[in-house]
Amino acid sequence: MDGLHDNNGRISFTVNGEAREVNCAPSMRLSEVLREALALRATKVGCNAGDCGACTVLLDGDPVCACLVPAGQVAGRAVETAESLAGEDRALSALQAAFLRHGAAQCGICTPGMMMAATALLRQDAAPDRQAVEDALGGVLCRCTGYARIIDAVMDAGRTVADSPAPAAGAAIGAAVERLDGRAKVDVSELFGADSWPEGARLVRAVRSPHYLADFSFGDLEGWAASRPHVDAVITAADIAGINRFGVIPPFADQPALAEGTARFRGEAVAIIVGDAEWLSGADLSDFPVAWLEREAAIEVAAARAAGAAQLHPGRDGNLLVTGRVLSGDGADGLAGAASTVKAAVETAYVEHAPIEPEAGAAWMEGDVLVISACTQAPVMDQEDTAKILGLPLEKVRIIPAAAGGGFGTKLDVSLQPLLGLAVLKTGKPCRMVFTRHESMISTTKRHPASMRGSLAADSDGRIVGMTFEGEFNTGAYASWGPTVATRVPIHASGPYRVPHYLAEAHAIHTSGPTAGAFRGFGVPQATILQEIMMDRLALDLGIDRLDIRRRNALLDGDRTVCGQQLHGVGIAECLDALAPAWEEAGPRIAAFNAEHSTVKRGLGVASCWYGCGNTALPNPSTVRLGITGDGRLILHQGATDIGQGSNTVITQICADALGMPLADFELVGPDTALTPDCGKTSASRQTFITGKAAELSGRRLRADILRLSNMSEEATIRLDGAAIVISDGSATRRIELAEMPADEFGYVLRAEESFDPPTVPLDENGQGTPYAVYGYGAQVAEIEVDLQLGTVKVIRITAAHDLGRVINPLLAAGQIEGGIAQGLGMALMEEYIPGRTENLHDYLIPSAGDMPVVDTIFIEKPDPVGPMGAKGLGEHVLIPTAPAILNAIRDASGAEIDQLPALPHRVLAAIKQAQGDNVS
Amino acid sequence: MSYLRPHRLEDALDWLAAESPLVMAGCTDIYPLHQTPSLDGPLLDITGLDELRGITAVEGWRRFGAATSWTDILRADLPAAYDGLKAAAREIGGVQIQASGTIGGNLCTASPAGDSIPCLMTLNAEIELASHRGVRRLPLNEFLTGPRQTACAPDELVTAVYVPSDAETGVGGFEKLGARRYLVISIAMTAARLSIADGRIGDAAISVGACAPVAVRLTELEAGLRGMACDMAGDFIRDSRSGIMAALSPIDDVRGTAGYRRDAAAEIVARLVERLCGEFG
Repeated sequence: MDGLHDNNGRISFTVNGEAREVNCAPSMRLSEVLREALALRATKVGCNAGDCGACTVLLDGDPVCACLVPAGQVAGRAVETAESLAGEDRALSALQAAFLRHGAAQCGICTPGMMMAATALLRQDAAPDRQAVEDALGGVLCRCTGYARIIDAVMDAGRTVADSPAPAAGAAIGAAVERLDGRAKVDVSELFGADSWPEGARLVRAVRSPHYLADFSFGDLEGWAASRPHVDAVITAADIAGINRFGVIPPFADQPALAEGTARFRGEAVAIIVGDAEWLSGADLSDFPVAWLEREAAIEVAAARAAGAAQLHPGRDGNLLVTGRVLSGDGADGLAGAASTVKAAVETAYVEHAPIEPEAGAAWMEGDVLVISACTQAPVMDQEDTAKILGLPLEKVRIIPAAAGGGFGTKLDVSLQPLLGLAVLKTGKPCRMVFTRHESMISTTKRHPASMRGSLAADSDGRIVGMTFEGEFNTGAYASWGPTVATRVPIHASGPYRVPHYLAEAHAIHTSGPTAGAFRGFGVPQATILQEIMMDRLALDLGIDRLDIRRRNALLDGDRTVCGQQLHGVGIAECLDALAPAWEEAGPRIAAFNAEHSTVKRGLGVASCWYGCGNTALPNPSTVRLGITGDGRLILHQGATDIGQGSNTVITQICADALGMPLADFELVGPDTALTPDCGKTSASRQTFITGKAAELSGRRLRADILRLSNMSEEATIRLDGAAIVISDGSATRRIELAEMPADEFGYVLRAEESFDPPTVPLDENGQGTPYAVYGYGAQVAEIEVDLQLGTVKVIRITAAHDLGRVINPLLAAGQIEGGIAQGLGMALMEEYIPGRTENLHDYLIPSAGDMPVVDTIFIEKPDPVGPMGAKGLGEHVLIPTAPAILNAIRDASGAEIDQLPALPHRVLAAIKQAQGDNVS
Repeated sequence: MSYLRPHRLEDALDWLAAESPLVMAGCTDIYPLHQTPSLDGPLLDITGLDELRGITAVEGWRRFGAATSWTDILRADLPAAYDGLKAAAREIGGVQIQASGTIGGNLCTASPAGDSIPCLMTLNAEIELASHRGVRRLPLNEFLTGPRQTACAPDELVTAVYVPSDAETGVGGFEKLGARRYLVISIAMTAARLSIADGRIGDAAISVGACAPVAVRLTELEAGLRGMACDMAGDFIRDSRSGIMAALSPIDDVRGTAGYRRDAAAEIVARLVERLCGEFG
């Protein structure tokens, strides 16, 4: 019969103008054909469901999701992929150059899809307006940027711009330089976890529990494997030679790489199968011999705390993992007799990080060293946990992070690293593993759902007298970062305000829900929602302007925090002051709008943030190595993992100015546990601060060594001149001939290696001490519109003032702020991970290109005495004020008091009706 | 695995009867159900059948081949009665989904939240089903029998959607309510087609989706609106809220509560009719 294909068929089509023929199943997804058969891996797979658009290619000129197109349908047609965008010798096209210039690529995983969608638009309309661009890009999700820079880049793609001159020596800091690793992201040569593997690598797939809590036993695994010629090995916990317990905080390590007899959450891996990639990727594993005995599971805190609930871990009675507590002044007693006392209670949801790249990587042996190249935020922690599980010495495991397609905290914990290691050790073959979107969503960490209540009291001038806070944080099945959240929350729940009397407790509670871990802010975004709602209530109760009451209470230099820490370089007052013009301008304008509209009402909200950078009163050093070779190469060993936030660029900028040499002279190495000293994890907003400080110290040390060698003064300039360094000051010039100098063990003739560990003081039983050396501050004003009949909320504008201490790179900093606001907006309005219900990217919603407000960014530079060149961290701060500012604006517009997040339309409408009823009664 | 992408309808129908294959066209609903690189067969890919693609005039009817994509429909020159269908087409996924997804596929998936369904209901669409036994046509409301259920027999193929010429009068509109701007499954949506002359509504067809197992035509409301002055329509609909809400049978789900859906549906119907009356009245 005409058109019938049995099994594989030969399919001919053109790809990027070239005739290609593949032999594959006609129902093979085009994305698979491109990536596997044709090795065109710029087409990224984020969901395999048409929900994220990362795999956008052009089919006869129209954008399609390659994951939804069967190979049989492309026969005789023309496919264009992102590999077609660059010119000869990978010269950037105007669109690619615009993406780089605007900072439109952060992690870069959505960039190929975005550029293909834009390409289709620009062919129809060379100068599209913003609406047309949003419509064209609406089918591609980005989790990093908040879309503004992508939209700007597409609108600006018709313009060719001369290369801006690279910053001169000493002028790197403060320059809006394009990201140093950006070119690979826009020329689409960047290799993410799923993009590269050794020839012949075998595939690894996990068998996961379908139950929230279940005991299990295996049947005849050997027989099952033996009857399947494509299977190399089945691996269970019984094969684990080391200690089958990992965890980001060693004293709490409780999570097995493969569960042992009991699976404690839906999605927990119990076995892995290693085999032929083509067979295993499509194999039906429903007959895998595992028997489940489902047990009654508590997936919410109240049930997990109830008498008779299953106890998930020995020694954690009542499923209580840990309680964090801060007590200062007279605690709760200090609120008595205040002029005004307000209360609030709020519940937040599980929030999924939803990086557009699901977890992926490959592993292989190099001699007797296991090499793992996978997406990660914490290469050294991966190395330590993986070595421990596999029973290998640390030096026998090498982690080379692949480019990470977004992380936001979820790629801090190991996921597939130990599984890849087990597979390689068992089979002796190189292996690769890629999580499906569903697998990623069910098996990796989430933001903690929080159930919080508190009270806030002030005198008649609105000066805070005291505050109480109590919250239960659902930490799920395993500890992960639960202790960190429980510790951080009470420290930060006061907000950046003076609170003389304070009692705050946060409890991390185990349930059989998804493991909650680190997500941009470690619980502080949740706590800030409660605090800032109470600040508004206080202001309304006392009749004080809402911005003003925050300003009156803002921490100032020399003030003490609720932990008793005296602060310096505090920029919150400056942030709030900087928002005053926007606040004052919006008030009358919104009042005029509301007078003319009855169905929709606009509102204004404000919220502040502060956030301590780095680990909480625990060591977390970074070490940076900087060397010059005999042939005059300047090499920076930079071990901080850049997950899109920009550490590759920012840390190099700091180092360049500390050394006094141009940014363009630097070559970057790493991160790679074999090549870079430990720069710790990319979390806690610590890389600019801590690794940046180590880079500053290394730069200064190398400069001092060069000046000493040449006997020149501090004021001298230094530059490379071939295989020599030329040192000049006003009166003299000297040369150091590098080729004549002996090289050290690392191959450098000159080398500096410096560490920095922020000075902190452990907290006592009342949480008193110095938890962080540096804090960052910020505040945001949100202007929103609420539809009183439908409960829908449109965020119109957010004005964001953030104190960075010193702005190292304004282009990247603004991108961080916009991206953080997008995640804060999602948390406020749409993101709700419900186990078993929203385990994909069409039921779990993250903001799309049409959901973002205009973002006005105001940088405040109040130098920190400790931070590098005065700089503070930024990455997490930026999303903390967004949700409370939006919620306060919803209340301002409509009276709706939202006590359960996200503020989905049905919840907002119910709250509006409640408020209207309250007013009537 | 076997896969057939025939060029002749009779081959497709023979194979359909013989093998009971999964029928695929735009594949935007099929692949998301799987995480595998390819699909198990047998599979019948109907995108090679020329007569299933494109929009043609047939005596007294306009025929949409079942495998006509939303992009095809957006690019077609159609009367204003289809403006609602076009607006819905722009809300079906992003441009990528619109380029692949088909009109027949949206109907066969029969999701209660299928965005095209209320529009096609207001256009009095009929569905053509072919099998080796012959060809039959069903009104859309008989074709859709429940959530993700249709009257399509195992050996039948949806080959076309027909819209009668007398339903091509007036102007169409569509309103969608979702929790984000793009790529969102509707919480509720509504389509209307109104003929408006001299400031009055002539004929009216109104349908609500995502608020019942199958999208619902609001026939009582339509009757009430016929002959009404355009500037009265919004108030009339709001006064008829209880009747509208009674016609719906929504569920609670992750996107919204049943009570909310009833409230919101009545409101978006009123707004859509008001908008069309304002623009064309």
